[in-house]
Amino acid sequence: MKKKRSVIEIISSVRFIHILLAIILGFAVGALFLAVMGVSVGDAYGKLLDSVTTVKGISYVIVYATPYILTGLSVAFSFKTGVFNIGAEGQFVVGSMAAAVTGILLKDLPKPALIPLCFLAAMAAGALWGIIVGTLKTKWGINEVLAMIMFNWIAFYLSNYIAGLPGIKNTGTAEATQTISENARTLLSKQTIADLGLAPTANWGILVALIAMILVWFIIEKTTLGYELKAVGSNRFAAEYGGIGVNRSILTALAISGALAGLGGSLQVMGMGSRISIFSAQEGFGFGGIVVALIGCSNPFGALAAGLFYGALTYGGSKLNLVGAPTQLISVIVGTVVFFIAISVIFERLGGGIRARRNAVAREDKEKREAAKKPPLEEAKEPPAEAAGSGGAPEEEGKEGEAK
Amino acid sequence: MGKEHVDMNTPVIEMRNIVKKFGDFTANDGINLTVHKGEIHAILGENGAGKSTLMNQLYGLIRPTSGDILVRGQKIEMNNPRDAIAAGIGMVHQHFMLIQPFTVTENIVLGTEPVNGIKLDMVKARQNVLDISEKYGLSIDPDARIEDISVGMQQRVEILKALYRGAEILILDEPTSSLTPQEILELIQIMHKLTEDGKSIILITHKLKEIKESADFCTIIRLGKYISTVDVDTVTESDLANMMVGRNVTFKVDKPEMEPGEVVLEVKDLHAKDYRDVEILKGLNLKVRRNEIVGIAGIDGNGQTELVEIITGLKKATAGDVLVNGVSVCNKTPHFGFEHGVSSIPADRQKHGLVLAHSVEDNLILQNYKKDPYAKRSILQRGPIFSHAQEAIGKFDIRPGGSEKRPAGTLSGGNQQKVIIAREVYNDKDLLIAVNPTRGLDVGAIEYVHGYLVEQRNKGKAILLVSFELDEIMSLSDVIDVIFDGRIVSRVPGKEADEKTLGLMMAGGGKA
Repeated sequence: MKKKRSVIEIISSVRFIHILLAIILGFAVGALFLAVMGVSVGDAYGKLLDSVTTVKGISYVIVYATPYILTGLSVAFSFKTGVFNIGAEGQFVVGSMAAAVTGILLKDLPKPALIPLCFLAAMAAGALWGIIVGTLKTKWGINEVLAMIMFNWIAFYLSNYIAGLPGIKNTGTAEATQTISENARTLLSKQTIADLGLAPTANWGILVALIAMILVWFIIEKTTLGYELKAVGSNRFAAEYGGIGVNRSILTALAISGALAGLGGSLQVMGMGSRISIFSAQEGFGFGGIVVALIGCSNPFGALAAGLFYGALTYGGSKLNLVGAPTQLISVIVGTVVFFIAISVIFERLGGGIRARRNAVAREDKEKREAAKKPPLEEAKEPPAEAAGSGGAPEEEGKEGEAK
Repeated sequence: MGKEHVDMNTPVIEMRNIVKKFGDFTANDGINLTVHKGEIHAILGENGAGKSTLMNQLYGLIRPTSGDILVRGQKIEMNNPRDAIAAGIGMVHQHFMLIQPFTVTENIVLGTEPVNGIKLDMVKARQNVLDISEKYGLSIDPDARIEDISVGMQQRVEILKALYRGAEILILDEPTSSLTPQEILELIQIMHKLTEDGKSIILITHKLKEIKESADFCTIIRLGKYISTVDVDTVTESDLANMMVGRNVTFKVDKPEMEPGEVVLEVKDLHAKDYRDVEILKGLNLKVRRNEIVGIAGIDGNGQTELVEIITGLKKATAGDVLVNGVSVCNKTPHFGFEHGVSSIPADRQKHGLVLAHSVEDNLILQNYKKDPYAKRSILQRGPIFSHAQEAIGKFDIRPGGSEKRPAGTLSGGNQQKVIIAREVYNDKDLLIAVNPTRGLDVGAIEYVHGYLVEQRNKGKAILLVSFELDEIMSLSDVIDVIFDGRIVSRVPGKEADEKTLGLMMAGGGKA
């Protein structure tokens, strides 16, 4: 296929463009809803855009996006390694609670000691949550998706229970933990915030997210660990045959994935949150991470971009009621985007059909041209290894052409 | 051979100048095929020569780019298999299309079930199936579930399925690839019975012996081109092979006499259970020495799979031991075995041999990705990995060239096998276990694999060959161990083996 490719073909074959298409369709469906409700589409989307393009808005987007980038990385990492970490939610919750408890109980430690400790506690808690489920899977063959969903609820109630414990619980009336130590916060200085006109909760957690992103990319692409995890992810039988410890690999993958989600939890409470409320429902940072990973093509850099996109929608969406549009519009848009990503195979099929027709025309042309200069039919003398070598390949090429 | 039934007037099938292109690639380039009533017509060609493509057009699975298909003199457009079935064509695929938990009857009547009102009439269905199976002498148990019956019986079910739908012309795609010698004989008898009854059979195969034994005519295809149609009685096997490959083929593996060295693999009184917790290995003993190929002959399901899985560390034994160079590798991990001298060419190259989604270069270091020079302090070294792949691709003639970074799954079967072989040669272990190493490969690739196995033996390796191809076992092995019911029941020097006695022993009838 060295021929020039039409625009439609390129669109049909590039994953990134599928995602863009899905996003555009998401907004289109959102617009449809707005129109039905009688809200001006221009007003609503204008507000959405305005609110995330100011300096303050951008800082808000980053603050909102940071935890989602981490849970997105967590889920993306798990996808690469062949498990589906639907438990990022629970890992996020135990991570944030571990960071909060550390930040409350050790409040007198200096900043350079306390902050790393909080991160470590959160990552350990998240990793532990991953490892428990991993152990259930590897030791007793319990389906990890079911176990994770249950562990999300265990994390949820555990967090609520700890938040209510004496010594942790807020001494006032709020149904929440105490505020964590100032020394455990990642906020930028008040001066910087005031000078630049940033969001009051602007923090440097995004830097941690960026480091995590690079680390994840490095592990997956450059290390023997990544090789191992990917091999187990795409064919555990061959990996095992090749001498890779499959169970250990699954545990490692879930531990790293859990640590990432847990780290996300700590960034949330140490940055924007400052304390953890006793919730009546799951907050959805982990589930948001699934969306981020899907939009980001399970790629670490994609998770960054998708996390920012998700953060922008969440923040911008909170401003929508100012123009009379419902905040839930965001859920409609996100849901639609995910839907179209899930069925993006259709884009490929559409492209494939067009390509097939094009090829048919090109083929006829070529036949006509070649009919004139047909070589003598003595290819039988060709070295027979050719037959062995290219034997199956052509069929595959044929299939490929049809599939793409 | 049923030739007196041949009616020369109107052929039942005529394919004229069939051309099929996939993109720029021509899979069939002007192929002609004429099949008469009551004839067994073989289609011979290497893998990828275009046999299956041709048959898929006849069965309506794909449409020809140009050319005509005539059934009983009538030009027919085959748009889908339903058209083909309506025209009286039935196809039995190499990989059976049966529903495992369903019974034989249910599978045969599927899609054309007799009904009583809106209810399925299974009594009638069962009777229909019995009638038709008696008529053609295809013995089956109508109430058995597919998952419980042998491969041979599954194949009879597939044939019955086609007959039940009124097929007059049967296409059999590589029908003998998973059958035992006895089952192959039975199949050939069945084919003759069917042609005596006026059916016509198109037999796709690359096995010359079976063509000689069963077919009346043979059409040879090479690299997508029509080569010739011959009367089978007038040609020899080597004529056929030469036409198929386009050069002289040697069937005899050139194997110098060698005195075996010290024992590398020793299996002692091995016991194990299969996945249903039934004892499948019942005290198996086995030795393989340096400069020796030991072939395991046996019918699938007599413990070969479990034996290999235990030696390679994938399965636990309940009793007994496996020693490699005197070290026990039994009930350890695959990695432990590898480190102590076990390498293998697995039976299922796509499941166990390769990570298809990974590049060729990554597959070439599957056991060594942690080792210098491919990794330093846990960081993969892309440079050395790439140049290793470049060297291997050149040396082992893995095609297409320059496929270092291509996913292994995009290579043809033969080339995938070459990737595995290249890897195991570089691994350079004392013991090599090869399980069905040429399954699904064409003549050229088979020659290559066989040559390589003998070469490794000559270099002083110990080789355990497990294969369902008796010819392969007989031509390669220095010693043949016959496995039956979880034990080695007889040991025959490779030179003295003959198919009939081996077949008998494999069925449990040999001297113990």
